[in-house]
Amino acid sequence: MNAPVSLNIPGQKPVSGLGRLIYSLRHLSIGRWTVISLPSLWLAVFFFVPFLVVFKISLAEPTISIPPYSSLLEWDPEESFATLKLNLGNYIYLFEDTFYLEAYLSSIRIAAVSTFFTLLVAFPMAYLIARSKSTTRILLLSLVILPFWTSFLLRVYAWMGFLKKNGLINEFLLSFGIIDQPLTMLQTDFAVYIGIVYTYLPFMVLPLYTALEKMDITLLEAAEDLGGRPMQNFFLITLPLAIPGIIAGCLLVFIPAVGEYVIPALLGGSDTLMIGKVLWDEFFLNRDWPMASAVATVMLIVLVLPIMLIRNTNSGKEAF
Amino acid sequence: MQQRKSLFLNTSATLGFIFLYAPIIALIVYSFNKSKLVTVWGGWSLKWYSALFNNEQIMTAAWLSLKVAFISASVAVVLGTLAGFVLSRMGRFPGKLVLSGWITAPLVMPEVITGLSLLLLFVAMEGAFGWPSGRGIGTIIIAHSTFCLAYVAVIVQSRLSAMDESLEEAAMDLGAKPFSLFFLVTLPLISPAIISGWLLSFTLSLDDLVIASFVSGPGNSTLPMVIFSKVRLGVTPEVNALATIMIGIVALGVVGAIWQMRRQNRMMNRLD
Repeated sequence: MNAPVSLNIPGQKPVSGLGRLIYSLRHLSIGRWTVISLPSLWLAVFFFVPFLVVFKISLAEPTISIPPYSSLLEWDPEESFATLKLNLGNYIYLFEDTFYLEAYLSSIRIAAVSTFFTLLVAFPMAYLIARSKSTTRILLLSLVILPFWTSFLLRVYAWMGFLKKNGLINEFLLSFGIIDQPLTMLQTDFAVYIGIVYTYLPFMVLPLYTALEKMDITLLEAAEDLGGRPMQNFFLITLPLAIPGIIAGCLLVFIPAVGEYVIPALLGGSDTLMIGKVLWDEFFLNRDWPMASAVATVMLIVLVLPIMLIRNTNSGKEAF
Repeated sequence: MQQRKSLFLNTSATLGFIFLYAPIIALIVYSFNKSKLVTVWGGWSLKWYSALFNNEQIMTAAWLSLKVAFISASVAVVLGTLAGFVLSRMGRFPGKLVLSGWITAPLVMPEVITGLSLLLLFVAMEGAFGWPSGRGIGTIIIAHSTFCLAYVAVIVQSRLSAMDESLEEAAMDLGAKPFSLFFLVTLPLISPAIISGWLLSFTLSLDDLVIASFVSGPGNSTLPMVIFSKVRLGVTPEVNALATIMIGIVALGVVGAIWQMRRQNRMMNRLD
């Protein structure tokens, strides 16, 4: 895809890096520049710069003012001298108070467990869709995509009606005499797992389906002819070939699940610790903007950046 | 052996589909419940639908959300199409790697971070240049356009990469200038990608709670924000009615899309 195409100007390209940069800058027409710079500038201003602002504010101190953080540059009018005041206190506090560390770890745990269960639920669905006839396939795929197009919040809300003490699951189990006391399911980590598996299921089914659909079915036939048993064939052929889809699906579920706010807020209990909720509370309840920024900065550096780097390696690229 | 395996597969896949649909179906059924208690069935009734349409707070928020989603999706489609085009048809240029990294980054960024960082940017900008003064519909639109742009760019880029360049090359050989080439040849060819990008952006914007909560000002609550606060406060049968209407609209859209796809398939078959 990197080969010079349609709109490229023909001519020899200098080899050295700097020479090439100057060359390409000179050979870009004004039209080309406008087209390239419009989306680039938008993303720079509204996507990249905001992280610098977050980092800057994470080094400030909370104050009672509007906006509620101290300025990093302090101007002394008498000496006409500015001093840079960096406050590392937020970061020190982040590591001193075990609350934050526990929140990071428990988010990772909850996200990992739910990702695993999402994979378990999604795999048979994706496999069935990939192996069905083309008309059934369109129907089943639409059935998977339909909930994805409906409101995320309302789907979480639907589970509240199911998991409540007097909700449908408890009513059902009680009426059949399977239990004699209603189970507490809402406001537990269990409800959070269900919520994540449920809302992120399409994100797992679709990449799995893509990987399984591309699979060469003759490989399985060959294995059968050679006397492979179904279990063997599954673990030695189907599963390895589905790995790009598995990686893609797991990342698509895991990353947003780590930062999830809505699901723990609605389905989780007061002891469900997730870092997205901690950030939200720090910002909206404690009104401590610098601390919320520090939480976000660490989350970005420790959780998001490594995953984004993995994604940009070759195997990751293939998967997405 | 083969038989038993497919039985296992069918059962587990069916359970998956039941898991996916049971809560939605329960929600729809209970939206017609006469009783205020969600678990007690009091007979069929449409009263929660009339309660919904008489709820001014929900209606105002729904109107705001529709406006925001419409404008955000349109802005995202323009910028996202440009970005997708730049990445797949512009050859090399300085900063291409950075741009392609930036475009996919919003797809995996946790919403709380995107929301927080945009709000802090808006506050800092207001302090520095006096714009945007306060937060409201404008800042929500900017935020939504930014994260939807990424989805549009990815869809357009993959469509362009899958597409044969020979039509564009032929047009160029016949003397088409870059602008007319883009508007008369490329754009019509990628229009399905642009339409699905717009629809996806519209839905994503309509659905967003977290980012909108950060970047909206007082008195500018979007529909998800109103639903969220209602759900947290307790039993709200109107929300069931609202959910049913939204699911109904989406289902109609999906059925329409399947029908369209089938018709196209039939026409293709006839041409063969």
